Amino acid sequence: MNAPDRSAMPPAAYARTWETNFNFAYLDERSKRMIRRAILKAVAIPGYQVPFGSREMPLPYGWGTGGIQVTASIIGPDDVLKVIDQGADDTVNAVNIRRFFQRTTGVRTTESTAAATVIQTRHRIPEVPLSAHQILVYQVPVPEPLQRLEPREVETRRMHGLSEYGLMHVKFYEDIARYGHIATTYDHPVMVDGRYLMSPSPIPAFDNPKMHMNPALQLFGAGREKRIYAVPPHTAVESLAFDDYPFAPQRWDAVCAICAAADSFLDEVITDDRGGRMHVCSDTDYCRTRQAAAP
Amino acid sequence: MIAPDDPPILRVTALAKHYGARAAAIDVSFELWPGEVLAVVGESGSGKTTLLDCVSARQRPDAGRVEFLTRHEGMVDIFALSEAQRRLLARTDWGFVHQNATEGLRMNMSAGANVGERLMALGERNYGRIRQEANDWLARVEMDVARIDETPVTFSGGMRQRLQIARNLVTRPRLVFMDEPTSGLDVSVQARLLDLLRSLTRQLSQAAIIVTHDLAVARLMAHRMIVMKDGRVIEHGLTDQVLDDPQHPYTQLLVSSVLTP
Amino acid sequence: MYVAVKGGERAIENSLALLATQRRGDPQVPELTLQQIREQMRLAVDRVMTEGSVYDEDLAALALKQAAGDTLEAVFLLRAYRATLPRLGYTQPIDTAQMRLARRVSATFKDLPGGQLLGPTYDYTQRLLDFSLAAAAEPPVAPESPMEVEAGAVPRVMDLLAAEGLIEACQPREGDPAPADLTRDPLHFPADRPTRLQNLARGDEGFLLALGYSTQRGYAHSHPFAAEIRFGRVEIEIEPDELGFAVSIGDIDVTECQMVNQFAGSATELPRFTRGYGLCFGHCERKAMAMALVDRALCAAELGEDVVAPAQMPEFVLSHSDSLEASGFVAHLKLPHYVDFQAELELLRRMRSRDIATAAEAA
Repeated sequence: MNAPDRSAMPPAAYARTWETNFNFAYLDERSKRMIRRAILKAVAIPGYQVPFGSREMPLPYGWGTGGIQVTASIIGPDDVLKVIDQGADDTVNAVNIRRFFQRTTGVRTTESTAAATVIQTRHRIPEVPLSAHQILVYQVPVPEPLQRLEPREVETRRMHGLSEYGLMHVKFYEDIARYGHIATTYDHPVMVDGRYLMSPSPIPAFDNPKMHMNPALQLFGAGREKRIYAVPPHTAVESLAFDDYPFAPQRWDAVCAICAAADSFLDEVITDDRGGRMHVCSDTDYCRTRQAAAP
Repeated sequence: MIAPDDPPILRVTALAKHYGARAAAIDVSFELWPGEVLAVVGESGSGKTTLLDCVSARQRPDAGRVEFLTRHEGMVDIFALSEAQRRLLARTDWGFVHQNATEGLRMNMSAGANVGERLMALGERNYGRIRQEANDWLARVEMDVARIDETPVTFSGGMRQRLQIARNLVTRPRLVFMDEPTSGLDVSVQARLLDLLRSLTRQLSQAAIIVTHDLAVARLMAHRMIVMKDGRVIEHGLTDQVLDDPQHPYTQLLVSSVLTP
Repeated sequence: MYVAVKGGERAIENSLALLATQRRGDPQVPELTLQQIREQMRLAVDRVMTEGSVYDEDLAALALKQAAGDTLEAVFLLRAYRATLPRLGYTQPIDTAQMRLARRVSATFKDLPGGQLLGPTYDYTQRLLDFSLAAAAEPPVAPESPMEVEAGAVPRVMDLLAAEGLIEACQPREGDPAPADLTRDPLHFPADRPTRLQNLARGDEGFLLALGYSTQRGYAHSHPFAAEIRFGRVEIEIEPDELGFAVSIGDIDVTECQMVNQFAGSATELPRFTRGYGLCFGHCERKAMAMALVDRALCAAELGEDVVAPAQMPEFVLSHSDSLEASGFVAHLKLPHYVDFQAELELLRRMRSRDIATAAEAA
């Protein structure tokens, strides 16, 4: 074939012919530019899903490649990056992604929400309120909130274009008729700026209110489905509900067993095989900070 | 009371539609007045279903015009509207009752959801009110309201049609299109359903176009009728006049073919 | 006392080390070389190149070695690598009529210009395990050099049918627009045929095989015939701006399958056979044939046929054909989902306790 005949080379030289030096943040500049354009469009149309030419990344589709591509396109050498999964910095997915960025950018990383400029997250919003100089990047598996009701993209595109969201309300009506209340506990759909129906990603309904009028920029990346969308700072984000069955996220009877927080999302941990259990903050940074501050 | 200068609620002018070389509708024109029921009668292949599809904007005609009297903007050419406007019209001011109820219903959703969907699509956000409306309409179409949470999969043909009617009428459309609404149902069920339709359309002062091959349906339901053959309108007039004194040989044939017990 | 488990980083490092030892296997056994994989696992290399969308046997061999033989993992490696490569340009379309044939068969004619050239294929083998392969042996000798088939000397069966006007003309759209590039832009529906073919070429062989099979079993049958299957070498040409004419930059092996399918006509057009097309890198006949069956099935709407089966539904087929997307999303279920699960658990408990309470009240 056409490639150099490597069979005759000594092993070290052989290996060197394969070396590639990665660009800052892995993606080539053209790809970053393409993604940034998609991001700008998304910010200009809050909640609207912008198609983009998602690239194959070194992590599998479905494992955060959308969030990674968004972060890779916006991160700069002076940024401070935090990566969390299920609210924790040291779950394997978060560790893997943080290592990826350390390898390809060399930026400083942190576990402190307050110290970060870019936070990439899977399935949670940090408990500590964000500020204007921060960007929250969400990993999104299924960007289309109507997909489970209508799998055909041609149909859902029309529904978004004509603002025909009756189907979603019908689903909620059915929930109430069947269960007495809306049965969505995570990925509860929201109306953004009163116009587009959006999936907030599989964050617990508990976290939805944090999206409303948030001073930080919120970006959403879906690599496998190839969509980017955004909620600009200070934008209205309203969880879908009925007037007489208002949106009511979960509450616990317990507080965090470690830091005694009563206002955070709690993970249930099974402590023995007799069904003993305890509750701890899902947001590890929040818990640790509270612990440190306690007298 | 309709005044002589009031516009019709629907005006069809020189409508034509063909499929390849076959003409399904040729030069069809008629007017329909508010509260009036028009029957379109013909055998299969006469073009009556094509005509219905064209005037209800489900298909685009190849020639001619269809104008509808909107609530606030007078007569509009429905094909000059944007798709969004047409869809809104279809959800509010128009109803469409399919011959096969499964086409006009969400079979995997409860009866209540089926009736309430249009309301929700139009912005109704109070669950209690939606459910109450759904309840009321199920009662009006003489269905057992206890079945409000069941899906139509378990309903009989007649019940599914009643549900379809309720689903369409909940927004009090001023014009209802019906495609053989009672075909395929038992004779006794048909009779009751037609009675229901007739009383509802009168109560709500609705205009309606009913496509049917059954002259008895036309006699019972319609003020006026048109007879179609090979895509053309060959006779039209007051229902009783056409059925009692048909002029065109084909109409005479149709009328005389009706089996009498 | 509960202590939050830390050490995700160290766990990952250990996992990687274990993976490396698993991949290497018994250190006493000689290590696989890329040349061995390239030469002796040829068909695996061809599949990885096709679905990985890169024609480079050594890279594909490396990917297979790194993936310990897992084809889908190797495809992933190759695709991810490809994503880092700069795009220098587009080649001219390859001309399979000029192929230097190693194999060429047709099921539609007993004999035809150019004859049936069997070439290397498993088709005539009996599937009996050959235990002589368990030990090293003298390399086999190729048969006496067959008559040299000149490139371009063998006409394509489809061209013969087209000359009689019997086959649908596959004309480009008005203005001959450049096809979409699925490696750069996301897929949009409705997708035209060039886009669909691109998607299928990169698609997972198993998925396409199953769908193609389904059309033969009545899920949208189209009476296919294998008009021609070609395997051989074609030249790659590019036309640099500075030169203004095309130059050859090398050659590659491809397999091409053209299926003849049920005729279709209309009131204004005479009936003609329709076609299905499949193309892949290297020698991947099964993939090329499956691709041709699915290509034809996806033309259903355009030909005015009723869409009744999954193989005819573009959104269904094209959204699920990519093995990276499929395996990634299926595998992602292994990622922690305990927060979402927590939310569900809590709701379920609430509902159950309420139902139990109501039942108790009623009793």
